Amino acid sequence: MKRWTLFLPLGFFLILCTLLLAGLFMEDKTVLRSVLLNRPLPEFSLPVLEEERQVTQDEMKGQVYLLNVWGSWCPACKAEHSQLVNIASDGFSIVGINYKDSPELALNWLSHSGSPYLYNIQDTDGRLGLDLGVYGSPETFLIDQEGVIRYKHVGILDGKVWNEKVKPLYEMLEEEAKL
Amino acid sequence: MSVIKRLSGLLMVFALLAGVNNAYAVIETYEFDSVEQREQFSRMNDVLRCPLCQNQSIGESNAPIANDLRREVHRLITDEQASDSDIVDFMLVRYGDFVLYKPPLDARTAALWFGPLFILLIGLFVLFRVFRSINFSEPDEKMNQQDQETLAKILGGKQS
Amino acid sequence: MIPELGLLALILATCLAILQSILPLVGSFTGQVRWMQTGKNLAIGQFFMVLLSFICLVYAFLTNDFSVSYVASNSSTLLPVIYKITATWGGHEGSLLLWILTLVGWGMAIALRSEKLPLVLSSRVLAVLGMVSVGFLLFILLTSNPFTRILPFPPMEGSDLNPLLQDFGMIIHPPLLYMGYVGFAAAFAFAIAALIGGQLDSAWARWARPWTTVAWVFLTAGIAVGSWWAYYELGWGGWWFWDPVENASLMPWLSGTALMHSLAVTEKRGLFKSWTLLLAIATFSLSLFGTFLVRSGVLTSVHAFASDPTRGLFILIYLLVVVGASLALFALKAPDVRSTIRFGLLSRETLLLVNNVVLVASCATVLLGTMFPLLLDALDLGMISVGPPYFNTVFVPLAMILAFALGFGVILNWKHNSTQWLMSQVRWIFVVSALGGLLFSLFYDSRFLISEALAMGLVFWMVLAMIRDIQNKTRNTGLLQGVRKLKPAFWGMHLAHLGVAVCFIGVALSEGYSVQKDLRMAPGQMAEVGDYAFRFDGVSRKNGPNYVSDYGRVTAFRDGREIGVLNPEKRLYVVQQMPMTEAGINAGLTRDLYVALGEPLGDGSWAVRLYVKPFVRWIWFGSILMSLGGLLAVSDRRYRVRVRKKISQPRATGASLAGGQA
Repeated sequence: MKRWTLFLPLGFFLILCTLLLAGLFMEDKTVLRSVLLNRPLPEFSLPVLEEERQVTQDEMKGQVYLLNVWGSWCPACKAEHSQLVNIASDGFSIVGINYKDSPELALNWLSHSGSPYLYNIQDTDGRLGLDLGVYGSPETFLIDQEGVIRYKHVGILDGKVWNEKVKPLYEMLEEEAKL
Repeated sequence: MSVIKRLSGLLMVFALLAGVNNAYAVIETYEFDSVEQREQFSRMNDVLRCPLCQNQSIGESNAPIANDLRREVHRLITDEQASDSDIVDFMLVRYGDFVLYKPPLDARTAALWFGPLFILLIGLFVLFRVFRSINFSEPDEKMNQQDQETLAKILGGKQS
Repeated sequence: MIPELGLLALILATCLAILQSILPLVGSFTGQVRWMQTGKNLAIGQFFMVLLSFICLVYAFLTNDFSVSYVASNSSTLLPVIYKITATWGGHEGSLLLWILTLVGWGMAIALRSEKLPLVLSSRVLAVLGMVSVGFLLFILLTSNPFTRILPFPPMEGSDLNPLLQDFGMIIHPPLLYMGYVGFAAAFAFAIAALIGGQLDSAWARWARPWTTVAWVFLTAGIAVGSWWAYYELGWGGWWFWDPVENASLMPWLSGTALMHSLAVTEKRGLFKSWTLLLAIATFSLSLFGTFLVRSGVLTSVHAFASDPTRGLFILIYLLVVVGASLALFALKAPDVRSTIRFGLLSRETLLLVNNVVLVASCATVLLGTMFPLLLDALDLGMISVGPPYFNTVFVPLAMILAFALGFGVILNWKHNSTQWLMSQVRWIFVVSALGGLLFSLFYDSRFLISEALAMGLVFWMVLAMIRDIQNKTRNTGLLQGVRKLKPAFWGMHLAHLGVAVCFIGVALSEGYSVQKDLRMAPGQMAEVGDYAFRFDGVSRKNGPNYVSDYGRVTAFRDGREIGVLNPEKRLYVVQQMPMTEAGINAGLTRDLYVALGEPLGDGSWAVRLYVKPFVRWIWFGSILMSLGGLLAVSDRRYRVRVRKKISQPRATGASLAGGQA
């Protein structure tokens, strides 16, 4: 055995430590990156919560908007609500997916606390949510005017995430759309 | 009924967020057309990972998403006669590689799948080197003599 | 006042530990006997300080002192007294204190039993142990103080102990596990002391060996209890989940098992010296690494403590210092302890080397599988999951190679054997085992399972090889007399290996032939699972001290005869509003009947899981045999070296041992 082989364990250990250090400062490991990024919205045809009509993925093309998955049963969504109202009042479009909820409870909540949504897609059995890879609400997608998913955020869309990540991207997509 | 379910589901999510571990058996009474389907179902339950959970298969987790995925697996098996790979593909498209407890073999995971064999081979190679450096003609006993003497001296000469 | 006393004791213990890591070591270089002798008293003092601190924490739990934040978040007034005591190690801070207590406990035991050791060696061993405990004491003081108060407004009621931990298994699991983890610190300290001295001989191995074996016994028992607990508590019917935290305990076990075997060669034949040292360092490093994994939140796991990056960073730096320094020392000094002896190709030495290669490969495999998702994520190559399907695929073949080698290993003698002799020894055993495995799988069940046939064949192979070895060893004296003459170490070895075979039976048969059904059952309804019938008798409401329970009753039948009543439970712990299952188990030597309760489905019906698990108990039965085997081996007389009468002698041998350092 050569002399240098005795240093192999030390070298291996140092590599492992580097990895662990990287692991310590990695972003939240409970958040999954969406595989749907840069892919078009999945196909669906679902009723709109507020009106007597159906909506499909194709009808939603033509503008940039946020797609927010929520339910009145979800406390985190309620915590997120005021932030969404602010975003909407600043002129950004938000479409809701009312996820695994009963229409009465959902409408009740919206009339009680104000709706930031242009309209809500009623996903009572969670099928659309499943196709979107939703695993915990709230989740927010950013959709471009071609109907392609450009960003996904899992959890509450707080001011920091909105201002630093989503809003710049939203505005950039709007610029693109104008060209 | 469904409200209670939902509530307990919520608690579950909270518990996970708070870092508290939650674990209790998931038992559902899905009906199947055949024994094979039932076995396929439990196989898929073990192979698919709950996307929200801290390292549980969908068969082990009570998180709402795991319930949904199990229902979906059941539907795929009974309504669509989906094969194992159909179900896996269905999940991969929506949740990515993360959802699969048995990572697919590709360029990224080659080291994972062949690593154990590689390590074993290195071990055997080292063994081989050790043997080559040994003179097999007569096992040498004198080399150990000094060592044994030291041992005997230290232990007070009472040991055999 | 009491919590402050506990904190003070911890601080004092830290001071003693710092002294312990300096004085004896310096003394061992300068030859000052006084300085070297301080090690023992410092170790004892340190133990009692940590013990005092631990008692203070237990006292805070017993008196419901919710002004202590750790108590408030892990206990409540309703919690039964026994769980108030065990809640002491139910969270991160307290379990860390328990860890330190076991560490300094080992330190004291070594200090007390090291009188026969050369003073230079023992003082260095104690100094290394002192350094290890300094790190952990600083860790607990700086990042995880269990005595932090919530003042001036302490809560009136605590938030209760996690219901998962309110269980007998959880009472004994952590202490056993920690005894194992920390016990390897002894082998580690011996290894570092040997490297510092630059000398390692058979005497060294003889001193280090029993400590290693005892640590291994505890770790084996600790892992087995954990697995048993998961089996009856979680309601999944499984006993091993390849969770990162479980892997964290399996890795030191695998490398510790390799160490135990390699120490045997080092003691008996003076071989593999540097390899043994490396294993000793690796085993304890893996224990520390496990601690890091569990407490840093680097990997997501069902069992992990709430994560905190500062803590993670602290342990990582600690790891870097302790393990990095040890491995550097190894790289620089290992050539000094190189062994030069020779042995034959067909010898027990060779087989123990094979054993080590396979065990280390298994350990590396577990490490690879555990760290791989993190590696890919760090390289931004996406997120993947590595779970039971992967580990089972790669681990089972390794275990089988190991079992096959075991058969040769127990038969072969040290030094040298002829091929002809070996063939004559194993020929029939091989044929009988192959046939036995095949026939077993053919007749045990209607399905023929190739992996089960292989596993059972290996069981026959191992057991028959052991019997052959006992025959060989008693040939000259006749069986009865020979059996009595053989040493405890010999019996310990065979008992532990028998445990491996028993474990194999348990794993193979319960994995291969378990039958499971998830059903909707109305009261009075019958269901058949395998050869058994179950009648669901309904669910009643029961109140526990801090929970309400749906208490099920299921009667099991075989061939129309009633064979037992099972009581699966579904509990709701009121403070944390957390549901928990307690499986109803009818345990048997050849099978467990296992019932778990799901959700109520209205009209008195429940979702019920019924399991028939053949031979599952043998998994833990085998682990017990392994542990007992280890204990028996340690009880061997040769480890109880007589204390010498003359005082001058230890100095002399000590100096001779230290002679190598120049």
